[in-house]
Amino acid sequence: MTTPQAIAIGCSAGGLDALKVVLGALDPRLTQAVLVCCHSGSDTVELLCEVLQRASALPVTEAAERHPVLSGTVHLAPSGYHLLVEKDRHFALSIDPRVQYARPSIDVMFCSAAEVWHEKLIGVVLTGGNADGASGLQRIRELGGIAIVQSPSNAEISTMPQAALDTAGADHCVDLSDIAPLINRLCLP
Amino acid sequence: MTVDAQELDNIEVELFTQAMQRRHGYDFSQYAPASLKRRVLQLVEQLETRTISGLIERVMHEPQLLPRMLDGLTVPASDMFRDPSMFRGLREQVLPLLASYPQINIWQAGCAHGQEVYSLAILLEEAGLYERTQIFATDLSERALHQAQEGIYPAREAQQWSRNYQAAGGTHSLADYYSARYNLLKLDQRLRRNVTFAQHNLVSDGVFCEAHLVLCRNVMIYFSNPLQDHVLSLFRNSLVRGGFLCVGMRESLDYATTAATFTPFDERLRIYRLTHQPERQQA
Ligand SMILES: C[S@@+](CC[C@H](N)C(=O)[O-])C[C@H]1O[C@@H](n2cnc3c(N)ncnc32)[C@H](O)[C@@H]1O
Repeated sequence: MTTPQAIAIGCSAGGLDALKVVLGALDPRLTQAVLVCCHSGSDTVELLCEVLQRASALPVTEAAERHPVLSGTVHLAPSGYHLLVEKDRHFALSIDPRVQYARPSIDVMFCSAAEVWHEKLIGVVLTGGNADGASGLQRIRELGGIAIVQSPSNAEISTMPQAALDTAGADHCVDLSDIAPLINRLCLP
Repeated sequence: MTVDAQELDNIEVELFTQAMQRRHGYDFSQYAPASLKRRVLQLVEQLETRTISGLIERVMHEPQLLPRMLDGLTVPASDMFRDPSMFRGLREQVLPLLASYPQINIWQAGCAHGQEVYSLAILLEEAGLYERTQIFATDLSERALHQAQEGIYPAREAQQWSRNYQAAGGTHSLADYYSARYNLLKLDQRLRRNVTFAQHNLVSDGVFCEAHLVLCRNVMIYFSNPLQDHVLSLFRNSLVRGGFLCVGMRESLDYATTAATFTPFDERLRIYRLTHQPERQQA
């Protein structure tokens, strides 16, 4: 089995608490880049970065246009822009229309990450009240990546994980507290 | 779809780009690949061709589709007073400095549907500078320019735009500048009296004015590094010494060598100032 190189996480309503749990339990030795798209509705993700940094052993930063994707680092999609990854592993932003009513859209981030990392990508869909992320997760699976979905019954809002399961299915469907241990197992040799 | 199919897409996007270039002279080869591909695939859906190759055939044989394709590839979209703090910065920090010029030239590159042009005109009007200002509003897309000239927008935006305007330090009510009818609002056409709309392609066209302020927001994010650099040198050659450049709030000039000729004026608001003399063009 190939070792994953990147982890893409999408969440919406209820996502902050869920992210704290997942990022908080990631192994500090992880070298994978972690990309996070969280619909927060606020103008900046500065505060979100701070809150998550307190929970996470890995450094948490806002993904900046043209900057490289860093290993062992959590990159948050900026608010108001779609986050994409280029083949040369640099971030690109776009201000194209909303997708699934969202910008940043999880679908957009998942699809572009899938094209870069193929089977070396883990896609994770957490709690949320919409269908964003479902078709992106499908794309991740089509290109050989691993799909993890939070059990809808365990999610604060089940709509998003349920939509992901319906559209894409999953390799693992687990409770929130089991997600980080699973990622650690998949990522650490 | 498998990895092979993805590679096929990439080949087709490249061929499509070549077709656009050779058939119509529009060069997208230096656009950032990830979002360009997304837009090409969206065009496939909009124009209901089965594949990207199907799009190529239509690029070649249906020239009347060109404006639609350009629109699809560039997705002109904007807001009034997008990023109010930037407009507040212009109002409070930049306009007072521009006020010392007897005649002010502003180049807004990539004006899309014109919301920023009207926002700017309102700022200038309220600062008492509009009478001696000339705004050149340019875009690649003629369709976008046409809409910008009309200045008609969906009224559902009005609330958000009013909030933006207030947050940008507006001294009136935004409603003073438009008339609403049905579900549309039309910007006061007096705001256009010193605006020249013109098609200009940042990839292939040159400098055409001496500007005191250049606004180019959320345009270069779609360009790869060398093209961003090229466009920045256009702006450098267009600006007067001490002139201002505004880019989008999340744009980074960190990888552009030309950026060294600009000094941050307000780093957070992405407002820069031309410090060095423009280099002499090599003969
Ligand atoms: C996202 S819009 C930005 C609108 C506005 N400046 C704002 O930030 O709200 C990008 C605009 O750049 C224009 N554009 C893209 N490529 C261009 C080029 N090569 N030359 C001139 N304009 C271009 C597009 O047509 C589109 O209208």
